[in-house]
Amino acid sequence: MSFDVPEDCRYRESHEWIRTEDGTARVGITDFAQDELGDVVFVELPAEGDELGTGDEFGVVESIKAVSDLYAPVAGTVTAVNETLRDEPEHINEDPFGDGWLLEMELADESELDDLLSAADYRDQVE
Amino acid sequence: MTLRTSPLAGRHEDAGARFTDFGGWEMPVEFASIREEHAAVRSAVGKFDVSHMGQVTVSGPDATKLTQRLTTNDVTALDPGEAQYSTITDEDGVILDDTVVYRLPDGEREDYLFVPNAGHDTEMTDRWETHREAWGLTATVTDRTDEYAMLAVQGPESKDRLGDLTDVRLSRLSRFDIAQGTVAGVEALVAWTGYTGEQGFEILCPWADAETVWAALECQPCGLGARDTLRLEMGFLLSGQDFHPTENPRTPYEAGIGWTVKLDTEFVGRDALEAAHEEGVEEKLVGLELVERGVPRRGYDVTTPDGEHLGTVTSGTMSPTLDTPIALAYLPVAYVEPGRSVRVVVRGEPKKTRTRPSQFLDR
Repeated sequence: MSFDVPEDCRYRESHEWIRTEDGTARVGITDFAQDELGDVVFVELPAEGDELGTGDEFGVVESIKAVSDLYAPVAGTVTAVNETLRDEPEHINEDPFGDGWLLEMELADESELDDLLSAADYRDQVE
Repeated sequence: MTLRTSPLAGRHEDAGARFTDFGGWEMPVEFASIREEHAAVRSAVGKFDVSHMGQVTVSGPDATKLTQRLTTNDVTALDPGEAQYSTITDEDGVILDDTVVYRLPDGEREDYLFVPNAGHDTEMTDRWETHREAWGLTATVTDRTDEYAMLAVQGPESKDRLGDLTDVRLSRLSRFDIAQGTVAGVEALVAWTGYTGEQGFEILCPWADAETVWAALECQPCGLGARDTLRLEMGFLLSGQDFHPTENPRTPYEAGIGWTVKLDTEFVGRDALEAAHEEGVEEKLVGLELVERGVPRRGYDVTTPDGEHLGTVTSGTMSPTLDTPIALAYLPVAYVEPGRSVRVVVRGEPKKTRTRPSQFLDR
């Protein structure tokens, strides 16, 4: 099975992606992760303004069959959360790199992104 | 330990199923998505491979007496071609297993087939044989789990789908009837039974013919994931979870299936259950519906609004039909009344919850 692994994202081994644009970064879970979980029915996310350290648990995504913790790929401050997921968590299954994004953050140290997996490295991990 | 596999394992793999270990069997948990499979059964039709369920036959002059004394329901009430839901209890009235007992559709012989839960076939066969010896009865008990495949076709369109493939006159069957015939040209038993709450049928056929029948039933294949959400919406019990002889020992009265106990028959556990019936139970299985967001799961605490422990979730999920978090738990009988306010503790957060009857869907 092959999964969508966009080149413009960096990846954490625990299956979160991060995509940066103009100093703001958007975070979500990967196509592989949503496929493993199956039908997502509930998401618990942090509040705007929360400070996250690298690798901090910032929430939970639950499918009918499993619960999975979410980890911050890098350190930063939460600037937005995807409120639509509260009522429509299925976006995570349908469009994990688009409408299914989880939160946006202002990065504490952009150089931390270099410690994450490239698309090629992540593809190696999941395929 | 090597997992047992269904005769359809290769087909499931080809269909891209995900597998899980269930009762010592490697079985498909999901083909498309649990939600899709669940919806197919509620609105149209879906098929399940349930070959992991045990199949044990009992025949011979004392087959009725033996089965009557090892199950709580009244086997003598069955005519050939009829089935009943029943429980198997120990001396203390604790449920060891729940089962459907079929009296096979042959007017001449007293032949029964009962269906223990996955992984319980050997234990139940031993139980029947041990008691047969102890009571000096004459009956042949045969574990046919590795001979019979079992498929379920369930949903409002199941009669049409199966009707085209079988010479069994489905319109003549009532709920809990079983008939002999062919399905897709294969000799099979067809029963109007199931575990989803929808109209549906279960088909028993020789292991070697399972692929023929499965392929002929052209509809959504469904895995154990959807089977679990479907049964939970109906409040049907899951062996090992909603009762377990050591980890969660429960009587049929506590589990809400006291109607399967016929105290005017003789069976192992009868005296204990008669006493339990007279004294009443302290806890009962109750339905829970979360008012707040969150998914209740097995093992989560149930408390009063003040945080006092009341019980533990035995089964829980997000109901795909109701789009509501639902669960089952044993709570003190004062909480049997619907509408009591309790809490389910989801990862440390007490979520507002109301008690309700354990059958969540009106079917």
